[in-house]
Amino acid sequence: MADTTVSKIAEPVSSAAMRRQMLREFWFYFSENRGAVLGLIIFVALVIVAIFASFIAPHSPFEQYRDFALLPPAWAEGGNPSYLLGTDPVGRDILSRLIYGAQYSLFIGVFVTTLSLTGGIIVGLIAGYYRGWIDTVIMRLMDIILAFPSLLLALVLVAILGPSLTNGMIAIALTLQPHFVRLTRAAVMAEKSRDYVTAARLAGAGPIRLMFRTILPNCTAPLIVQATLSFSNAILDAAALGFLGMGAQPPAPEWGTMLAEAREFILRAWWVVTFPGVAILVTVLAINLMGDGLRDALDPKLKRS
Amino acid sequence: MFGFLLRRIAVLIPTFIGVSIIAFSFIRLLPGDPVALLSGERVMSPERHAQISAQLGMDRPLVIQYFDYLGGVLTGDFGSSIVSKKPILDQFWALFPATVELSFCAIVIAIALGIPAGVIAAIKRGSIFDQGLMGIALVGYSMPIFWWGLLLIILFSGTLQWFPVSGRISLMFFFPPVTGFMLIDSLLSGQKGAFASAISHLALPSIVLATIPLAVIARQTRSAMLEVLSEDYVRTARAKGLSPFRVVGIHALRNAMIPVITTIGLQIGVMLAGAILTETIFSWPGIGKWMVDSVFRRDYAVIQGGLLLIAAIIMFVNLVVDLLYGLINPRIRH
Repeated sequence: MADTTVSKIAEPVSSAAMRRQMLREFWFYFSENRGAVLGLIIFVALVIVAIFASFIAPHSPFEQYRDFALLPPAWAEGGNPSYLLGTDPVGRDILSRLIYGAQYSLFIGVFVTTLSLTGGIIVGLIAGYYRGWIDTVIMRLMDIILAFPSLLLALVLVAILGPSLTNGMIAIALTLQPHFVRLTRAAVMAEKSRDYVTAARLAGAGPIRLMFRTILPNCTAPLIVQATLSFSNAILDAAALGFLGMGAQPPAPEWGTMLAEAREFILRAWWVVTFPGVAILVTVLAINLMGDGLRDALDPKLKRS
Repeated sequence: MFGFLLRRIAVLIPTFIGVSIIAFSFIRLLPGDPVALLSGERVMSPERHAQISAQLGMDRPLVIQYFDYLGGVLTGDFGSSIVSKKPILDQFWALFPATVELSFCAIVIAIALGIPAGVIAAIKRGSIFDQGLMGIALVGYSMPIFWWGLLLIILFSGTLQWFPVSGRISLMFFFPPVTGFMLIDSLLSGQKGAFASAISHLALPSIVLATIPLAVIARQTRSAMLEVLSEDYVRTARAKGLSPFRVVGIHALRNAMIPVITTIGLQIGVMLAGAILTETIFSWPGIGKWMVDSVFRRDYAVIQGGLLLIAAIIMFVNLVVDLLYGLINPRIRH
């Protein structure tokens, strides 16, 4: 593999061709990992389900069919084929609620990851680029955030801001941010003294351009891997907050909130508890499988081992 | 080594001050009047308000209030609960052993299963063992543990009736707490069946709390082992004709353990967060459940004190891990 890249770089290539070559190489290593491909397939399927929820779901997620409360799944005794995964204690169709719940989980993942990633990159770039007292202050602040268990900090922040999904997401993003700050800072410090950065500075690039255009694109690999991890962590933490009654509020069909509502029925109706948890587990597992594949494909240290 | 210790503690001081500022500001950041929140009285006359405000010292400048608070914390005065009026530190010490007992059992399970699993997976790299173990580890790592706990309750407490649903010991047994650790106290009490009851109450919560650390330790052990097994000195040991057991168990494992110990240390913070969920599900009377209950009761004084105490524990554990790390790996000390 080393020989081919060398010969490719030796002749002048357009940046578009270069990017295509890099993507092809990335896909080669990513697709070698069967688990990662499986994770990607599940994730894409989830995205499709979330986007077309209103077409796929057999019922409304909020409609209460009072005559059909606590109906077991279709294949179990007493089940009704119209309610494939059964109904919850107030007669809502569990399958439809799960389908709409996918929208919540994916939105939570995207929102929290974007927020903590952008915040973390900006703060980390500043700390790593300027160093000195700014760096010290920023890193001590990050230490302080890391001294609290993330769920506890999120719980307390929600207690201050009031229980809602938005506040929960902001709180989770805050607790995930220090990891991005640390990664960006370390990468920037490693890259800053390289020749290409010096060359760009001599060519007259200002600090903003140096930080975002010159250095940042060369620090992306660890950030992408961390972003996948944050995506699955965000979904887990938001579901945990929902389960504690501090995240999305009923009747929202958020998976953690569904579990909280189902808790008192666990010994009477196993299905109201089982399916929302399976949905959370499968989603988080798919993202973590992809994360492992991304790490293998992007981390040159592990590539050839 | 002593200089290393001092340097580590010096770094902790600003963090601790920051943590105490956060805990101090917490009550003042809440929407609403902090005096009303802390006294628990909703409606009060201006005179009563001024009286309580003076009583709590909240009529003074913020900076003085903060140093007063910090002074109290350093001398062990964390204030009193709004709801029960009991001192927060007393409550904390009454509940803390329950969390320690649970976390200790969980980390023992996680280490006892995680390290062998990781070693086996690394030795049998690429085999069905490796793929199976790592597949299970990834599922464990992705597990929403609050749901996992509910599933175990359905299966083992509901259907099979092997384990109780909640609490630390059966109500049949009563003895005064000596150490606060139910496993020890039940043995000391000498009552027949008390120890077995304590164990059966502890089983499900510790399995639930152990799940994520177990998965993380197994994955970390495997990758650390793989790295070490490809080193020259391992090849030399093999070439010398040492038995595979000696090569793996003595030469490789020792060096592979260095990153694993850091991982185990980091898991303790993760476990305190996990304890919030586990203790809530199993009604385990520890500090995790205490915090959740306080959030629901709006007992802001307890949240404030608990926040600071938990952060202090995590900082202390991280310090101990750092020091252990310095002991095993002398290169890190400088």
